[in-house]
Amino acid sequence: MFSLESITRSIHHWLYGNMTPTLALLSECVIIILLAIALFAALGLVLVLMERKVAAHIQIRLGPNRVGPGGMLQTAADTLKLILKEGLVPDKADKFLFNLAPFLVMMVAMLLLAPIAFAKGFQIWDINIGVLYVSAISSLSVIGVLMAGWASNNKYSLLGAMRSGAQIVSYELSAGLSILTIVVLTGSLQLSEIVASQENGWWLFKGHIPAIISFVIFIIAVTAETNRAPFDLAEAESELTAGFHTEYSGMRFALFFLAEYINIFIVCGIGATLFLGGWMPLHIGHWEGFNHIMDYIPSSVWFFGKTFFLIFLIMWFRWTFPRLRIDQLLNLEWKYLLPISMFNLILVTVIAILGWHF
Amino acid sequence: MYTQTEIIKDTTGIGSEGELVINVGPQHPATHGVLHLVITLNGETIKKIEPHLGYIHRSIEKMCESLNYRQFIYVTSRMDYLSAHINNQACALCVEKGMQIEVPDRAKVIRVLMAELTRIASHELWLGAMAMDLGAFTPFFYTFRERELITDIMEETCGARLTMNYMTPGGVTFDLHEDFQKKVKQFVIQFKEKVTEFEDLVTNNVIFRNRTEGVGIISPADAISYGCSGPVARASGVVSDLRKIAPYDAYDRVEFEEVLDTRGDSFARYIVRVKEMMQSIRIIEQLIDNIPEGDFQAKTKAVLKLPKGEFYSRVETARGELGVYIVSEGGTTPYRIKFRSPGFSNLSALDHMASGSKIGDLMATMGTLDLVIPDIDR
Repeated sequence: MFSLESITRSIHHWLYGNMTPTLALLSECVIIILLAIALFAALGLVLVLMERKVAAHIQIRLGPNRVGPGGMLQTAADTLKLILKEGLVPDKADKFLFNLAPFLVMMVAMLLLAPIAFAKGFQIWDINIGVLYVSAISSLSVIGVLMAGWASNNKYSLLGAMRSGAQIVSYELSAGLSILTIVVLTGSLQLSEIVASQENGWWLFKGHIPAIISFVIFIIAVTAETNRAPFDLAEAESELTAGFHTEYSGMRFALFFLAEYINIFIVCGIGATLFLGGWMPLHIGHWEGFNHIMDYIPSSVWFFGKTFFLIFLIMWFRWTFPRLRIDQLLNLEWKYLLPISMFNLILVTVIAILGWHF
Repeated sequence: MYTQTEIIKDTTGIGSEGELVINVGPQHPATHGVLHLVITLNGETIKKIEPHLGYIHRSIEKMCESLNYRQFIYVTSRMDYLSAHINNQACALCVEKGMQIEVPDRAKVIRVLMAELTRIASHELWLGAMAMDLGAFTPFFYTFRERELITDIMEETCGARLTMNYMTPGGVTFDLHEDFQKKVKQFVIQFKEKVTEFEDLVTNNVIFRNRTEGVGIISPADAISYGCSGPVARASGVVSDLRKIAPYDAYDRVEFEEVLDTRGDSFARYIVRVKEMMQSIRIIEQLIDNIPEGDFQAKTKAVLKLPKGEFYSRVETARGELGVYIVSEGGTTPYRIKFRSPGFSNLSALDHMASGSKIGDLMATMGTLDLVIPDIDR
């Protein structure tokens, strides 16, 4: 089985064999930062193009097909345009916060990258409280959005930011609770252990109906948390023109735009790790032959395949549903999702204690 | 007497504390044109809506005074550009009434066919645009797929896709294109087949229903007192279809139903328009095989002169009642023309309908009013 683990391990040994431990650690940091930035750029290009192609397919049109083969370079051209554009700062804006906000949002997205296991043995930081870290850091992005809305000195931005604040704080709860169900089943907060616990089957299948309920709630909650339609009230084009980033232009806007897509990738990656077994191949019970064939597919392909499937799902939502109203959005969370996920957590605890799961 | 600070406070336009005044428009994605709404908000709740008009005022009524009775019709295509045919028809009817021109049967039927095709095209565009106001982008492309067929049919016969100038006093300018019947039949088949897609995508969507049901309610009494007409009035249960009440052209020889709803909310207005499209299809189906042979235009003098007096005609456009009022001094140009546009009256009810609701509801209400700004401003 092809694995990236051997590559990372040999680099690790080579660095520690030839350098002092401090220097080796530093050079590992540099390599990882470069890789993360490269991944960000690649993801931005791929996801934006993917969104446009998916949208085009759903909307019976072709999508970008002029720049590069099949429109592959369209996003690169758009990025170039955004870089060359002037980044305007409104007259009475709070300049410091206005400039800081997009970087804060981007930084949060970057920090979230750390505990994700991209493939077997290919993980930046296998922290033992990985799940807690993810839910803690992902809450920070609301600060960037609020900051952007407040500092813009624009009424549309302010309304968008306030909506976003109410929305992200609310949906954080049910996202956290649905993650907790998997923690209860696994008995560990470490993402690598959660992946390892799914060797004989993914939690989506092993955890009976409660796992499926929490998976559905997780997908709804993260769609809301990443401000995607039908929960894109913070941007709400037809109501608030562009919501919290109305006043942003040029590269600052591009950072918000990129952060949105990176966030989608990360939440889908976490969803794939928790519910769909991360980089674990699909194994069915005692079908030895089938399992053996599945093992031949590299673990990175499994991880990215699952993640992109979830991303496709979230894009599908966006191009199908109308937007919710703000009171309906909060009703959905506080009256339906939160009670259901709380009850679901109790149910999962009972299942875990009695050992009813596979 | 005001002290100086009090005067300044008054002129800022911001009322009591906790109120936020927002300008929606003149450039805003949801107003579909240069409409300017000054909205007073309390948090997310709307306290007052004040429409400001005049951004696309082209003084069409004044222009018409210097154009003769053949020319002025062309300007009216630019009023409600989505029902260009029906605007022309209203003007032609008014001139015909004044001069007592007998329109040939063939022209009457052609006019009704064109008017109904226009109505479908207009409602299709409205459907897509309204779904977009609610945040769903996809229905727009699906509605435009069918609308494109109508614009193609129009292009063949009238030579234009949007601002058609086809109806003149005495009939229509040209005869139908030879492919007209074939293409309209194809369109009818495709439309009937694909209309279920809108049902799946929009009508039966839970979010869409939650966003529109019980939103922007207007009672029948209020609808009448605000002068609402067309689908807005009919959704409140006001019988107002001029094609039924005062049939013009060939509407007295076709069978169709006036679509009524009693709920008066945004969803009722949506349903009324969708059902109206089906009724238009019914009218087209009845007439497409029965276009009488004969002249497409009555023989009229080269220069038309209306006798001294006042003339009024009204038709049912896609948006409601369009009235054309001509005062003639007996010359070749009208002394004064006044258009009664449906959009203006419907817009005036917006404050009544959307005050006290959320910003999202305003978009749902405004979307179902089907405002065309050049029609309101003229």
